[in-house]
Amino acid sequence: MMDRYTKLQMVGIYAAITIFLIFILLPFFEMFMASLRPLEHLFRSPYQFWSDDFSFQAYRDMWVTVPLLGRYILNSIFIASMVTGITMVFVVPAAYAYARLQFPFKNLTLGIFLGVNMFTGAVLLIPLYRVLRTMGLLNTYWAMIVPGVAFLIPTGIWLLRSYLEKIPRELEEAAFVDGASRMYTLRRVVLPLAVPGLIVVGVAVFIGAYAQQFLFAITFNQQRELQPLPAGLFEFIGYQDVTWNQMMAAALVGVLPVMVIFLFLQKYLVAGLTAGAVKE
Amino acid sequence: MADTSQAATQTFEARQGRTLPESVFAWMLIGPAMLFIAVIVAWPLAETVRLSFMEADLGGEQYVGFANYADLMDSRKFHQTIVRTFYWMFLSVGLKLILGLIGATLLNAAVPGRGLFRVLVMPPWVIPIAIGCIGWLWLYNGYFGVLSGTMMQLGITDGPFEFLAHKQSAFYSAVVTDVWVGTPMVTLFFLAAMQGVPRDLYEAAYVDGASRWYRFRRITIPQIMPVIVSMSLLSAIFTFNSFEIIWILTEGGPRSATTTLIVDTYKTAISNFKFGEGSARAVVIVILLGTFSLIYLFFLNKVNKYYGSGKK
Repeated sequence: MMDRYTKLQMVGIYAAITIFLIFILLPFFEMFMASLRPLEHLFRSPYQFWSDDFSFQAYRDMWVTVPLLGRYILNSIFIASMVTGITMVFVVPAAYAYARLQFPFKNLTLGIFLGVNMFTGAVLLIPLYRVLRTMGLLNTYWAMIVPGVAFLIPTGIWLLRSYLEKIPRELEEAAFVDGASRMYTLRRVVLPLAVPGLIVVGVAVFIGAYAQQFLFAITFNQQRELQPLPAGLFEFIGYQDVTWNQMMAAALVGVLPVMVIFLFLQKYLVAGLTAGAVKE
Repeated sequence: MADTSQAATQTFEARQGRTLPESVFAWMLIGPAMLFIAVIVAWPLAETVRLSFMEADLGGEQYVGFANYADLMDSRKFHQTIVRTFYWMFLSVGLKLILGLIGATLLNAAVPGRGLFRVLVMPPWVIPIAIGCIGWLWLYNGYFGVLSGTMMQLGITDGPFEFLAHKQSAFYSAVVTDVWVGTPMVTLFFLAAMQGVPRDLYEAAYVDGASRWYRFRRITIPQIMPVIVSMSLLSAIFTFNSFEIIWILTEGGPRSATTTLIVDTYKTAISNFKFGEGSARAVVIVILLGTFSLIYLFFLNKVNKYYGSGKK
């Protein structure tokens, strides 16, 4: 009853959603159109929306122009996965501590963690470069993984903490009464209950790790075969001419695997955020 | 019932001495994360502060005291950069919040197909920022972008219009792209918060004859206020430090029109190898953002208390 809309309201809602989605999807549509255009099209005047010589040729040629393209796509996924895994190892215990335990300097240390959000890699680039050099990590996968982990730990703690706070305390108390140790309670009682939350936070961390590879890659890594996709794409700009159409094709194909994974996980994501993000 | 649970709690507390003390256990849990942050963030941060008092380049370092900061204080250009950065932040975050609120409301409406719409909103958030920017780079191009193309067809402009070549249009184009990147996450969090609002609140208001707009204003907004407030801060920090978008679109140009503090810092330190001057700028960023966040958190506390008191 309450959710019933008049015809006019329905039209209004759909119209508004359409405008919103056009804004969101326009760049993707434009990239797709660009990937179909032959190169000599680019400076043709007057501007044409559509022409007969559109083709999928770029999707074949791109693998030849940038032979390592497949590697770049995999590198991106590999780096993001490693960052996610390592970040979660640090985040899960810490988030539990902040959600449940009382200890000295609790608020201060939580504040410090959240303060890390204030620095992007760009602020700390020079000293970070020296730190990574000291540890001998430059020009390895680790040069892109380690900073990624550091800047995602705070977000992870923040998200997971609010999720863990929702799990009823009584279960832990019961386990405790039965003589379980603290670590056992965490592993066997809390974690299984937190699986939906872990998935959400894991996906959110993965997205963060996947989205922000560019800066660390261009600064800390010179080895071509280790580059992630966002950095590798710029190889289409080079040598003689810029093969824009292939660059667009490669960008779209490159993000496809993650988009597909994401499609499967998005239900959990929205549901999990619903459970976790709302403060009681 | 109440008695047994109280008894259990007492046992729980009584047994705390049995295993590890709570504070020791807690520090064991946060220790590894703390250590990691200390090495990868705190150490470089301390190093940045040290470097800011140096005249440092590829050749070496020399202590110069507050000279780098004094230069910044005297520089009119730097003052303009600070103003521009805050303008950039407030404009972009404001738009993200408004669009996020509208988007979440639309996606929360009970219409057929909303599952699909929710999925379609997310791509800008999920893909690498650099890749989204490549798409915008193309859109803003005067010769082959659809925006300039449409304007020519409609006769708004005679020739190709390069969005990124003029001071004003470059700045606002960068804002639009930043809003595009940031809106999906804000939308999603607002949507999640809206779904957490108890339905009976709406039903009670509906029975009392409250209009949709009234319900939105008096139920939805207050209920999701804590999320709005915390998203605002998070979004403000991201936007203030937004680097890749500006760097890929304009590299801070034309004529510094899109140079925010973070871009200025990168240019000084990385492009021009003036490590000392760059570090001083980085420290200014930390001070400004830190102050802003503290003021904001103070406000956040008040809001949480205010809205928290209504419940339970």
